[in-house]
Amino acid sequence: MDEPRQLDFESILEDYPVRLQIFEGPLDLLLHLIKKHEVDIYDIPIALVTQQYLDYLDLMQELDLEVAGEFLVMAATLIHIKSRTLLPRPDPTQEDPEEDPREALVRRLLEHQKFKAAAELLHEREIQRGAQWGRPDGRVADIVGEAPEPEIEVDLFSLMAAFRQVLERARQRPQVPLPPEQISIETRIAQLLARLSETEACGFEQLFEDVETRGGMIVTFLALLEMIRMRKVRVFQQGNFGPIRVYRRAPMSESANA
Amino acid sequence: MSELKAIIEALIFASPEPVTLKALQKLLDTEPPEDVKAAVEALKQDYDRPGGLQVVEVAGGFEIVTRPELHEWVRRLFHERTTQKLSVAALETLAVVAYRQPVTGPEITEIRGVNTAGVLSTLVERRMIKVVGRKQVVGRPFLYGTTREFLERFGLNDLSDLPKVEDASELLGFDLPDTISTPTPQTALPFDGSDGGESVH
Repeated sequence: MDEPRQLDFESILEDYPVRLQIFEGPLDLLLHLIKKHEVDIYDIPIALVTQQYLDYLDLMQELDLEVAGEFLVMAATLIHIKSRTLLPRPDPTQEDPEEDPREALVRRLLEHQKFKAAAELLHEREIQRGAQWGRPDGRVADIVGEAPEPEIEVDLFSLMAAFRQVLERARQRPQVPLPPEQISIETRIAQLLARLSETEACGFEQLFEDVETRGGMIVTFLALLEMIRMRKVRVFQQGNFGPIRVYRRAPMSESANA
Repeated sequence: MSELKAIIEALIFASPEPVTLKALQKLLDTEPPEDVKAAVEALKQDYDRPGGLQVVEVAGGFEIVTRPELHEWVRRLFHERTTQKLSVAALETLAVVAYRQPVTGPEITEIRGVNTAGVLSTLVERRMIKVVGRKQVVGRPFLYGTTREFLERFGLNDLSDLPKVEDASELLGFDLPDTISTPTPQTALPFDGSDGGESVH
């Protein structure tokens, strides 16, 4: 090795903050090491690369980063390849009848690299496509005027939390004896969709305005979950604990999908 | 003819998603299908003139969109797009599915060198990919393929329209083996087909 080991380690340290995030997996890290040292991918100096790879893993551990299992598997693979290249060949003058122990790894690296390139090309297409505008549709948030609310699509747990609040508030209301509401989920979905087609969107709490009983509220909540599953509505929340709003989705034709 | 062309232009313009030739022919079933096709071609030629709009073929259908060169201007109209960006991991996984479909989760993991289950479910959720069947191997893993929404997002007419990866050779430091442009044919079970009658491997 031309460089002293310590130096390599430090050079890794220098650029770690960015780099650690880039390496999604061991193949990405290996490709980086190969490029960084400008070595021939078809003739990888396995000892050098293995050493660098292990240094990197050490660094990750030192920084208390969780080293994913696949990084360790690759470390084992590298060490195995290295040990095989160190073994004397039966007859060094003859063409090696065995496969180069590095070959399988090289193939994986090349393939991985190829898909990275493919992703790059796809991304270019995506950008180009993004520069074509159709009529205002789901892709645009809002016409210039007022700023759009920063919203995130809501997960099930936030929905359940919101629902618990609704139930809690209902419990505190004075109880009026009412005949039990008997309404099926299907009917409730139809009602809610009809309401949403008038307003396009409404607050989560508003969904429960016209039901009085706990049973009616549960049916309403189940109807909402079902509508999400059926992709009839989308549910967004402002910020992490902000108000939840329900939006009707534009009806989609499935015909073109066949 | 020019009347037919005008109708088609209006239909393509008004449609919220790309309109296929088949759909146009169905909508205009009083006209001979060849005439509809010819009118579409004529309309496309009309749009070759310099102007703000163009007709593009996306996901097997036609769409009228603004020219990409005008993006910076059109963008001013809007605050932002609601379309979320795909992460690098998602894009790379999507590339594997796009070029290798139908492909299973374990196969993708093997290629990418990292566990991809999380990314796959995100891509399914974003409707970029979908389950297209199950592979006839132990465990019968799901086979994934890309969706129509994928084609629309990337402005592709069909899968043969995928960018050729060979074009990217100079983008990388070295030549690439020629394996990913030819998808390996695989036996896909129809997703909701019968479970019986499989041979044991």
